[in-house]
Amino acid sequence: MPKKKFDVLNSRAPRVDAAIKATGKAQYADDLSRTGQLYGAILQSPLAHARILSIDTGKAERLPGVKAVITAKDVGLTKYGVSPARYDETLFAHDKVRYVGDEIAAVAAVDPATAQAALDLIKVEYEELPAVLTIDEALADKAPQLHDDYPGNISAEVHQEFGDVAAAFKECDFIHTHKLVNKRQDGGFIEPHSCVAEYDHDGRLTLYTSTQVSHYVQRTVAMVTGIPIGRVRVVRPCVGGGFGPKCEATPLELSACFLAIKTGSPVKITYSREQVFLHSRARHQFYHEMTTGFKKDGTIMALAHSCRLDGGAYSSFGIATVYYAGSLLGAPYRLPNMKYDGMRVYTNKPACGAQRGHGGVAARACFEQQLDIIAEELKIDPIELRMMNMMETGDTTCNALDMSSLGMKECVNAVKKGSKWQKKKGKLPDGKGIGMACGFFVSGAGYPIYRSDTFHSTAEIKVAEDGGTVILRSGIAEIGQGANTMVAMIAAETLGIPLADVRVDSGDTDYSVDLGAYSSRQTLMSGHATKDAAENVKAQILAVVADKLKMDVKNLDIRNGFVKVKGRKKLDFAKFRDYYRKEHRGWPNMPDGAELSFTEAARMAFLKKGTIVGTGKYKPPILGGKFKGAAVGTSPAYGGSAQVVEVTVDRQTGRITVDDMTDAHDCGLAINKTMVEGQMQGSLSMGLGEALFEEVKFDEKGHLMTPSLGEYRIATALDMPNIDTLIIESGEPNGPFGAKEVGEGAIMPTIPAILNAVYDATGVRITELPLTPERVLLALKEAEAEKNA
Amino acid sequence: MKKCHITFQLNGRTCEVLVDPNQTLLSMLREDLSLTGTKYGCGEGDCGACTVLLDDEPVNSCLILAAQVDGHKLTTIEGLADGDKLHPLQTSFIDKGAIQCGFCTPGMILSAKALLDEEPNPCELDIRTAISGNLCRCTGYQKIVEAVKAVADDCQGEN
Ligand code: FES
Ligand code: FES
Repeated sequence: MPKKKFDVLNSRAPRVDAAIKATGKAQYADDLSRTGQLYGAILQSPLAHARILSIDTGKAERLPGVKAVITAKDVGLTKYGVSPARYDETLFAHDKVRYVGDEIAAVAAVDPATAQAALDLIKVEYEELPAVLTIDEALADKAPQLHDDYPGNISAEVHQEFGDVAAAFKECDFIHTHKLVNKRQDGGFIEPHSCVAEYDHDGRLTLYTSTQVSHYVQRTVAMVTGIPIGRVRVVRPCVGGGFGPKCEATPLELSACFLAIKTGSPVKITYSREQVFLHSRARHQFYHEMTTGFKKDGTIMALAHSCRLDGGAYSSFGIATVYYAGSLLGAPYRLPNMKYDGMRVYTNKPACGAQRGHGGVAARACFEQQLDIIAEELKIDPIELRMMNMMETGDTTCNALDMSSLGMKECVNAVKKGSKWQKKKGKLPDGKGIGMACGFFVSGAGYPIYRSDTFHSTAEIKVAEDGGTVILRSGIAEIGQGANTMVAMIAAETLGIPLADVRVDSGDTDYSVDLGAYSSRQTLMSGHATKDAAENVKAQILAVVADKLKMDVKNLDIRNGFVKVKGRKKLDFAKFRDYYRKEHRGWPNMPDGAELSFTEAARMAFLKKGTIVGTGKYKPPILGGKFKGAAVGTSPAYGGSAQVVEVTVDRQTGRITVDDMTDAHDCGLAINKTMVEGQMQGSLSMGLGEALFEEVKFDEKGHLMTPSLGEYRIATALDMPNIDTLIIESGEPNGPFGAKEVGEGAIMPTIPAILNAVYDATGVRITELPLTPERVLLALKEAEAEKNA
Repeated sequence: MKKCHITFQLNGRTCEVLVDPNQTLLSMLREDLSLTGTKYGCGEGDCGACTVLLDDEPVNSCLILAAQVDGHKLTTIEGLADGDKLHPLQTSFIDKGAIQCGFCTPGMILSAKALLDEEPNPCELDIRTAISGNLCRCTGYQKIVEAVKAVADDCQGEN
């Protein structure tokens, strides 16, 4: 599509929040303090599975400085969770605890030390129950049961078939089966969850919280506390990263709310780093098995796929996860027949949820390795095999996902060239390897988490009374990814004014409904709502200008801060300019020059109509198929990515070094190129960590063995190579100005590209993550022994 | 617990505070002085979000007792800009897109400052090593390294 000329978009504008963050002025939840604030702390179970016989809070309540102690008795047993069909949590455990860390009580006290001391005084009597810590234990005959409502410890089961896999296999020349298991990951954001709740005695509750989803938190808080939704306000201050695990209401938030209501004072609670790991809600452990049938010319015919997910004690986002683990294999390759059997299993560990690349990352790691195996079998270059089977714009997957734009081939070509693939593939010395993989991801979930016809995003734009500044109010979640900058740029471009004249105030449920930052939805959905609001404001202003200056509105436009006239007619605004200057006598930066400025035009509109406010909204059209679970995987658009990775494997130590990464991502249109690259680079570092060292571990009693960022290692500056980031812009018809996601799709190819590179370096396929030196050494030794046998 | 009376230089000014003997420097900065630019990320010396400069050396303020800074010089992120003029590292972080969520940023900038004050012409490995105790989950570090490098190159140009 022909390149449009933008005034604001597609640039490298600095982020609108960069200066406050560079100077330490940015306020995150734990930086807030309210007058008379109390500090909360939460009592968590020391046992993985136990019946609660009694809870005695008497001593804790009597400790000087303690203002409130709450248990299930005080807060009730309202069930909540993420998917309404699977509300399986209560704020506090009352009959039994289901993992080490399950919440039992909370206290509010005058300082954090007193709150902690009070926890030690709460006496809980337990009857320990046998725990199930693995999928096999959970599914065994007569296994201890976590939830009465979900027998067999099965949290969710999926069975889907598209096309006819059995028939297709009969037509195949080769059939190959392959397995992969990853490890439970942690979000690893540097800011632990934190919140402050405040109750005003008029029945209004305000919660300041580090969340990705103010809207859903507002709904859950309203439901669990019983306070009408209009009296619950959720405000998101700056957020220090989320990546998925901050996508749902937490016991931290709900405890703070109840404590604030009970004490009448503001209550702050912040998770310790260990509590972040215990709360988890991060990437599941997936056991994938895939059987792929293909023809000798390389055509992929069918995939039979089964997956089991170790879910932990509650469902969290897991129902969507188990569906995503299957549905996201529908693209980007033509795959006419696909069968998927997925099962998510409860275990006595912290609940897993959503994390960057939700549900699809391990599946992609397995499938893309399989493509390399097939390519080798057929003696086809792995890139060729992928290109042969690659979908294009306009294709629809067997599970009814519509590729309204798909720059996958461009991505593949870009990394092929950028990495000098042809010079390297098959030509590197032993111990050095090159590998590639592709991936794709939704650009916003097609449906909200609760069944509803709600708009997915609404926005409000107000023009300051002097016309000089535009204030954008929205519920969007700026969590570090740059959402505020993205909407500011879209508003500026649409209104035709400089970016500096837009101020964004966001993340407050009072401003608008926005479902939040998950499933890579903000750019497309909130971008649309913002554009809609900006168009509305622009139309209002131009209508007044046209009326006042006796012009046809169709001939008017605003660009770069000035009203432009189409054709030869001139705007006669001298009288108004005089008036404006008189109104603002003594002010600096008075408009002069030959053109009517946006500021003057907006003032003209204000004088006619009062405060100019425009609203905008967006919801996707009806998407996807009719089968059970068809909603998961639908999206108005899909981003795509391809990656080439080069590694060195030290055969003596098993240590893997990632030397080079080349990444291409089709984001439709880069609203901000620097920010797109930032998402790509951040995604790759998370993928590299998961591939090489990240693993949350438990002992045989279900205690967390990696409760710190020392024991749970994420990538440091020394682990990361520089990444060649190549932006592909396919122009998405359903996206605002052609834009779609980049936040999650970019992580998809990283793990398999590393796995494929390790194979290229060593000739050994490793099917268990992470690729720690021990695991790699063992695999090399086994391969050696097999060769010699 | 008897409080300790300590006196130190904080961002160029003399500062006197009464602290608990077991209070961390991080807690004093955040709770007593409301300097919330210094962040709590782990409290265990693992993440570097709490980095401050103690006598120009980067330290994890969560691992140091407040009482230990008595008689010393302390710089936090709030002390870096000169009035309305940002420190070159701050400007560079903004321009190069080195900031996403920003939670690691104060610590990152201070570690980079300590490096550049000592070695105005660092190689990439020097930079990566200097910030290797500052975890960032958002950026993949590349733009941070570029931002530090750009300031180093600028110093070179000026010399
Ligand atoms: S808070 Fe001090 S190192 Fe993490
Ligand atoms: S910018 Fe988020 S942790 Fe570094």
